[in-house]
Amino acid sequence: MIFTQEMLESMKKVEAAREANIAYEPPRMSAEEKEALLAEYHPDYKDKGFTTIKIGPNKGERAPIELEEMIEGRSRVLDLNVDLNKVDYDVDVLVIGGGGSGSSAAIEANKAGANVMIVTKLRIGDANTMMAEGGIQAADKPGDSPAQHYLDVMGGGHFVNRPELVRKLVMDGPGAIKWLNELGVEFDKDEDGTMVTTHGGGTSRKRMHAAADYSGAEIMRTLRDEVLNRGITVVDFTAAIEIIKDENGNAAGAVLLNMETGEVRVARAKCVVIATGGAGRMHYQGFPTSNHYGATADGLILGYRAGAKLLYQDTLQYHPTGVAFPQQIYGALVTEKVRSMGAKLINSEGEVYVHPLETRDVNAAAVIRECSTRGKGVPTPTGKAVWLDTPMIDMIHGKGTLEKRLPAMLRMYLKFGIDMRETPILIYPTLHYQNGGLEIGVNGMTRVENLFVAGEAVGGIHGRNRLMGNSLLDIIVFGRNAGQQAAAKAKTVTVGALTLDHVAKYEEERKAAGIDSETASPKLLPDYTRKF
Amino acid sequence: MANMVNVFLYGKKYEVPGDLTIMEAFEYAGYKLVRGVGCRNGFCGACATVYRIKGDRELKACLACSTKVEDNMSVATLPFFPLIKEGYDIEKVRPNEQIMMQLYPEIYSCVGCNACTKACSQSLNVMQYIAHAQRGEYEKCAELSFDCVMCGICSSRCPAGISHPQVAMLARRLNGKYIAPESLHLTTRVKEIEDGLCTEAIEAIMAKPIEELKELYNHRDIEK
Repeated sequence: MIFTQEMLESMKKVEAAREANIAYEPPRMSAEEKEALLAEYHPDYKDKGFTTIKIGPNKGERAPIELEEMIEGRSRVLDLNVDLNKVDYDVDVLVIGGGGSGSSAAIEANKAGANVMIVTKLRIGDANTMMAEGGIQAADKPGDSPAQHYLDVMGGGHFVNRPELVRKLVMDGPGAIKWLNELGVEFDKDEDGTMVTTHGGGTSRKRMHAAADYSGAEIMRTLRDEVLNRGITVVDFTAAIEIIKDENGNAAGAVLLNMETGEVRVARAKCVVIATGGAGRMHYQGFPTSNHYGATADGLILGYRAGAKLLYQDTLQYHPTGVAFPQQIYGALVTEKVRSMGAKLINSEGEVYVHPLETRDVNAAAVIRECSTRGKGVPTPTGKAVWLDTPMIDMIHGKGTLEKRLPAMLRMYLKFGIDMRETPILIYPTLHYQNGGLEIGVNGMTRVENLFVAGEAVGGIHGRNRLMGNSLLDIIVFGRNAGQQAAAKAKTVTVGALTLDHVAKYEEERKAAGIDSETASPKLLPDYTRKF
Repeated sequence: MANMVNVFLYGKKYEVPGDLTIMEAFEYAGYKLVRGVGCRNGFCGACATVYRIKGDRELKACLACSTKVEDNMSVATLPFFPLIKEGYDIEKVRPNEQIMMQLYPEIYSCVGCNACTKACSQSLNVMQYIAHAQRGEYEKCAELSFDCVMCGICSSRCPAGISHPQVAMLARRLNGKYIAPESLHLTTRVKEIEDGLCTEAIEAIMAKPIEELKELYNHRDIEK
């Protein structure tokens, strides 16, 4: 048995209270209780994790320290010999990033007749989309409506979401599910075709569609297959390290760096879509992450240097249930669907201390409170943790349910000798999602002409806290939208002479601000190599 | 610190803490990974790996991100394997037997050695799902292959040269699009939105002042 003695003793209390805990319906917090909890325990409210942006369009605003390091970092092109007269790729639409939003954008741009190319620093499909487990929201059931979905999104986001973006998200939601289904995505359905839908934290209707707990993987592999079927050019193991503009100040391509050989290439494009995803591998405030190896906020830096604005860059999502034990998978995601299916959060004393379906920010803060001031955390090799009582699922829904609906979770733990059907699991918040990002209009474009953004790199859709299942939805809705809009726009664009003057200007601004950081930016990959 | 173990990365010996995953062992040894690393959590199939333990004659396969090192483990990663991926138009194909015959005829050369199943990093019954694909039983092929992460280890072991993950990918898309029943509630709602039947409600809620929206939110009924 890999559990420590302390864990086993606490586990006994969890087991003893299990039947009573299943029957107990914990109260939901009032708006005031939530605000007080967040202010005291949520990492976004910890000033020591943040600093002030010194340069660029958001100068004077607040940002995570690690992101500001990249904002203040040195452009990689300054040390390279980039010949903009030698164009290696010339396309209508250049999509940077091969995840769910990039692939959706590429498919739609291709469908619209554009010559489109995806460039990605790892492989197509190496993305947070692949790791999304729980599901995708859309208001397509009779007791639900896009307006009801809108209310949940706005409330979850603390009412600072961009309303017009939320409207698009919820109104295009059902259409996004239909599009995916018609591409062959295997959603969980009853025999009569009714989709199996559940709650997520903060939802008022059961509108979470899923494909077991491989929802994102099933969507991503289908989109990838469709990109390949369409013969769309995919340049992999190649990072975009700077946006190229033309003499008119419009986005017009990107400088590309081969991740393996270091070769530099130039891509010219009529429109550019930044679809680079999230930032978990920046490890803000030292948190572990559920994110993909390449989630390093590259797109935010590229867009920012090109003149686009950031929005809500100081708000991150800490998923309440990251793996706290065993340490080999520390920080990995335990899908919210585990709670949707009835498992409750339990402290070291065997007590249900919170409603399991409060929004993510509230639940993350509540875990931190249990493990800190309340002193009801279970000690682990990396700190403290609380229990997620997974055996409840089969007790509520019948034996075999967990295996059928949560196969990935079951497999992940079984590889380390833990059977979550029999024993509860230990969890602690993990850095999961970048709520903010680059600011766009409802057409997907930034304030830089011909520069579009889609997916997790966008800010504003989810306000200051995203609900479960709205990210898979947003990458499809806004990915498709960006592809369609960019393809249409490309028809009207004539690209002028290419330039990197904006990078030179940014460098001057850096110097004028007294910044002499030599740190290369964007980050591209985290550094986990042991130093000798 | 955990007890140290000896691992052989591409044949070269390194001493690493015994509680690391194989992927972490590479990084501990000094590698900076670009290939053979992806989600680091068992979903993307980027880190297909084969290994033997000294004294054990069996060749084993796994994902480097979710497998602990063992003493005297000899490891090679398989960051890329050339699979056959045939293009097709999902709108034009149909879930009949001919489509497999046409796109992936090598599946009918399966010799039944079961090496694919033995090698699967996800412990799937690979040979069985290929058998279903041969017979045009795409629903069963889809179900058995659902947890596939397309790491490609199965194909590296196949004497018939089958690209199992791509066969299964086709089967799942055929199943999802053509065999699974239509979701009428979805079709209905999409049409309602297209016909403008949801527009008035969304505009009404958007027009509400924030304070009123907050009231609505804090007192909304939550479906049981």
